[in-house]
Amino acid sequence: MAERPEDLNLPNAVITRIIKEALPDGVNVSKEARRAISQAASVFVLYATSCANNFAMKAKRKTLNATDVMSAMEEMEFERFLQPLRESLEAYKKGQKGKKEASEQKRKDAKEKKNDKSREEEEEEEERMEEDQEAENEVEEEEVEN
Amino acid sequence: MSGDNVEDQVNHASNSKGISLPMTRVKLIMKSSPDVSSINQEALLLTTKATELFVQHLALSSFNNGSGKDNKTLLYSDLANTVEETETFQFLTDILPKKIFARDYLKLIEENPIEEADN
Repeated sequence: MAERPEDLNLPNAVITRIIKEALPDGVNVSKEARRAISQAASVFVLYATSCANNFAMKAKRKTLNATDVMSAMEEMEFERFLQPLRESLEAYKKGQKGKKEASEQKRKDAKEKKNDKSREEEEEEEERMEEDQEAENEVEEEEVEN
Repeated sequence: MSGDNVEDQVNHASNSKGISLPMTRVKLIMKSSPDVSSINQEALLLTTKATELFVQHLALSSFNNGSGKDNKTLLYSDLANTVEETETFQFLTDILPKKIFARDYLKLIEENPIEEADN
């Protein structure tokens, strides 16, 4: 797949937002500075990927995994990122677990519904009969009172 | 506003995953790296998040390191200076070079003529 140069850039709006949120209120960022940071970010991705890939290859793996990226950060001397990255990973895993459990629960419910449908119908029938019986009883009581 | 608080704020401001940058785009960049076969989802997430942290770090470091005269604007020169002065940003020296006026460059060449191999 041929990549056009602009495809290897990150969206300007998001980059700008991240920069603004990092700086004190009221600070402006020149257009040139914004563009430069965006380019730096792309280069960062490449550098981090290359570094992480070295770790994967050392471990004779073809797929980059989380530990490769963490090792790369250490190698690049961005230890300050390690803690927030670990937290992000935890949050992501919890989210994935929640999603998995939710879809498993859905499947479980659907299966039970299918099996119990006939049983439910019988129960409903019984309930209706009971209600009718109660109604009849009430009527009888009234008649007695009268 | 200290540097630590900022990261918390960014997490609250963005979506529940705490990520603003599009992972699909980051993946595209990662795949353009030679020798990379495949990337698992967690690795993609971490790289995306790390890139956000990097953007914050570069911006804030450059701003704090700044000219001091105008503390209201982050300029390209702040970035270039910080890159030159900070070891962890050395990998950026080629893409964020310091700028020099053409006349100053020409002057430099005059004073230090480049010696030719064959003379």
